Amino acid sequence: MARPPLRVTRRSLADYLIGTGLAGLAGTILYPLVRYLIPPKVREVSAGSIVAAKVAEVAPNSGKVFLFGGKPAILVRTPEGTFKAFSAVCTHLACTVQYRPEIGHIWCACHDGHYDLNGQVLAGPPPRPLPEFSVTVRGDDVIVTRPA
Amino acid sequence: MGLGAWLEDRLRWRAADQFLRHKRVPLVRHGYVYYFGGITLFLFLIQVVTGLLLLMYYRPTADAAYESVRFIMARVQFGWLVRSVHSWAANLMVFWVFAHLFGAFFLRAYRRPRELTWISGGLLLFVTLAFGFTGYLLPWNMLAYFATKVGTEIVGAVPLVGGPLLVLLRGGEDVTEATLSRFFGIHVAILPALTTLLLGLHLFLVQLHGMSHPGARPPGRALPFIPHVVLREAMIWLGMTALLAVLAVLLPWPAGEKADPLAPAPAGIKPEWYFVFMFQTLKLIPSHVLGLEGEQAGIVAFVLGAAVLLAVPFLDRGEEPTRATRIVRAAGVAAVLYIVGMTAYGYLAP
Repeated sequence: MARPPLRVTRRSLADYLIGTGLAGLAGTILYPLVRYLIPPKVREVSAGSIVAAKVAEVAPNSGKVFLFGGKPAILVRTPEGTFKAFSAVCTHLACTVQYRPEIGHIWCACHDGHYDLNGQVLAGPPPRPLPEFSVTVRGDDVIVTRPA
Repeated sequence: MGLGAWLEDRLRWRAADQFLRHKRVPLVRHGYVYYFGGITLFLFLIQVVTGLLLLMYYRPTADAAYESVRFIMARVQFGWLVRSVHSWAANLMVFWVFAHLFGAFFLRAYRRPRELTWISGGLLLFVTLAFGFTGYLLPWNMLAYFATKVGTEIVGAVPLVGGPLLVLLRGGEDVTEATLSRFFGIHVAILPALTTLLLGLHLFLVQLHGMSHPGARPPGRALPFIPHVVLREAMIWLGMTALLAVLAVLLPWPAGEKADPLAPAPAGIKPEWYFVFMFQTLKLIPSHVLGLEGEQAGIVAFVLGAAVLLAVPFLDRGEEPTRATRIVRAAGVAAVLYIVGMTAYGYLAP
């Protein structure tokens, strides 16, 4: 089969040059614009451990929400007096959970999610348990550590 | 039914299309001034886009404003480019607003029936200057802080209403964070809203009356708007884009030093170049003129000047040039010489 002769007309060349020129222009404007909109990384304070509270601050059967690596975490003192710490970000839609002394476990107000004192889901929509942190008491300080 | 017909049924866009296809721009001596308005419009659009981008990261508080500008320039990718383009395009826009004004003035484009086009353009000039004045403070650096202090102080010298006006502008007696909040609100909300209305009217009127021509009769030759004028305009806008990129890259706008209300004013403090002729005038006026304080007299004179500017179409009314035309034109030449001369004097005087 014979190839049709390649015909470059003035018009088709002009169209090609203008078209590629405009595409290049659009690219050089859009590229910095998109890069600009991507937020720069803010230095995250990824400390492995933190003093979450003083021992005297948290009475048995109560909880305290504190900031751990930029996100809320919750320190719970059980009625028996031991300390437990979890991420306070509900695994359902990321509301901050709270400890409810009258029912004795962790509760999320947004969609009535219940977690026990091991972080396991008792009731409600949360799909996963709350990640747990380890707690050590050193003198007066309650220290919460992220698992390695 | 095709999409074109469907849209035509609802938008009646073919009328606009037909209108633009029949639009013609007269070919006259000094016809290049017909492009000045388009350049101004282009720079305004650049300001809208880069302004919206800056809003993504800028924070209008005394504690965070300067830091957020530094953050934009140092941490955000291409932030230096966006901020510098915004500053440069602002300055170029003021220049081209003046060029457009004097271009229209000397071609007598303000004659009947274009009086309201002229007035809306004059108001847009004032809005542009207000944009410049309020935007200058937003980085919250030394120069901006003191320029705003002096600038608002001058407003305070206006007879009768000056005092209350000063407090209204500053949001208090002094230039503080309250001033920054106000200027931010004025710069990003009030002035854009005003501009949208005025610019809408201005552009509508330009289309309604068609392009003006200097003589009483339309000149024999004219360029079709599509494609000739559109392509020429596109070339100019492209050139402007390149100019902005070059300026922003080679002469990035500095962030300055953070404003410190307790620090003494730095030496050689000057307002933005487009206010220098007024600044220099106020410097030269003797302390008392006609029973008014020098500053008050200067401000009264500038307010009268602005009023005369808006009244130009009613001072020179004839289709053909008359004696009034010669007087108005001479006044215009004098105004150009005064502005250029005083600006130069402001920069060259010790």
